[in-house]
Amino acid sequence: MSRRVGIEVSLAVAEAVGLCDVDVIAAYPITPQTHIVEHLSELVAEGHLDAEFIPVESEHSAMSACVGSSAAGARTFTSTSSQGYALMSEICYIASTLRLPIVMAVANRAISAPISIWNDHADLMYARDAGWIQLVSENGQEAVDLTFMAFRIAEDKRVSLPVQVNLDGFIMSHVIEPIFLPDAQEVKQFLPPFEPLLRLDPEKPITIGPVGMPDVYTEARKAHDEILKASKPIIGEVFDEFEKQFGRRYKIIETYKIEDAETVIVAMGSLSQTAATAIDAMRQRGVKVGMASIRLFRPFPAAELVEAIGKAKNLVLLDRATVFAGGEISGPVALEVKSALFDRGLSPKTANFLVGIGGRDVTGQNFEEMVERVVTAQKGDLPPYEFINVRE
Amino acid sequence: MAKESGIKSWKELNPGTAITEPGSAAALKTGDWRSMRPETDRDRCIKCGQCYIMCPDMVYTKDAEGYYAQNHYWCKGCGICARECPVGAIMMNEEVD
Repeated sequence: MSRRVGIEVSLAVAEAVGLCDVDVIAAYPITPQTHIVEHLSELVAEGHLDAEFIPVESEHSAMSACVGSSAAGARTFTSTSSQGYALMSEICYIASTLRLPIVMAVANRAISAPISIWNDHADLMYARDAGWIQLVSENGQEAVDLTFMAFRIAEDKRVSLPVQVNLDGFIMSHVIEPIFLPDAQEVKQFLPPFEPLLRLDPEKPITIGPVGMPDVYTEARKAHDEILKASKPIIGEVFDEFEKQFGRRYKIIETYKIEDAETVIVAMGSLSQTAATAIDAMRQRGVKVGMASIRLFRPFPAAELVEAIGKAKNLVLLDRATVFAGGEISGPVALEVKSALFDRGLSPKTANFLVGIGGRDVTGQNFEEMVERVVTAQKGDLPPYEFINVRE
Repeated sequence: MAKESGIKSWKELNPGTAITEPGSAAALKTGDWRSMRPETDRDRCIKCGQCYIMCPDMVYTKDAEGYYAQNHYWCKGCGICARECPVGAIMMNEEVD
């Protein structure tokens, strides 16, 4: 039976990982991810979780240990943030093309400089091209539920790819929320035992990670790309299966009051929760505004997104990360959205805002200003992107 | 051909390009880009086996008469054997085709 408990989201994610009966956790603590690995180390040390906790000396080693343990057939988890992701990123690219179904929680945080421990999506964007599946949560319950689903997606033999569960640092990781935690039996029913596609076994030696000469590298990358493409419907299947068992519905693109919306906000992560409150306030004044929230960032669900936002006249595209591209193109999320629209012959009026960077709060008032801006501006007068909440 | 070159369709690759057959690299024809070819003058050869010891690519094997025969399937023409031969019995000749 599920029980509803008041618990810090980081601890709830760690509990969820424990309920998934992981075999190996290799992680290095970094703010704001620390409580996740700290609690997992407690669960192992106190005998509540029968797993190997490897306290490595860096994130580079964390992901390297994860590659080894996953290749040996162990269910493997790690977690990081920001600079930690930057340090482990070399191995992240390897884990994905080697098709190792590692699950990693990323408590999203800005990247230095200046040194910032606070939230934005710089690490999520840094991880964008590493060939992982990237799931994004908006609140604590979703971070927990997506952790269960992440293992099931990753370990599905038709996928066998690593999966990131993103949760906004501090805004989610350090907040106490009421969260439904299922019992171990329910999780066992949802998540079958891990059966790897291939495993390192001294009885039947294989080579994982050989050199790829020019006559095979292209094929190896094509194979990886095809698997990532093929994973999208399977992610949808797992969302359906989760709903059947636990009653909570997840969608690749979540929508809010979008049916008759002339202006649609496209958001990702916990921003969506504030946006929904702002949308309620604007709706009371008769502004036809709605939202699409991106649950799956990689593989990028262009078809589902365009189906949701394709009829809107105005789009408010949010990026919670700075982009250094010279100012003549938009931020990373907006670029994906515009590319999806362009390929389908659509060109609504769009405004791209860089918001909530390095822990800056984003208020309901900010959403109202952004909607006002796109509604009143002439198409063609809007710059590729604008900073919100910046002091002149 | 696939065994000699390792060339496959992306659909035939093992997950993560893993190699599941131990020792399969022996089948790869790695001696196909040689520009200089070693040839042994058996009149000068003293059967010392230095070429066999020094060759990094397993080109030399001892034959019934005690000479070291060459298998050019893996030979890249690096010339180590010719350089190490104490009696100058190995010549590096230009590949013509």
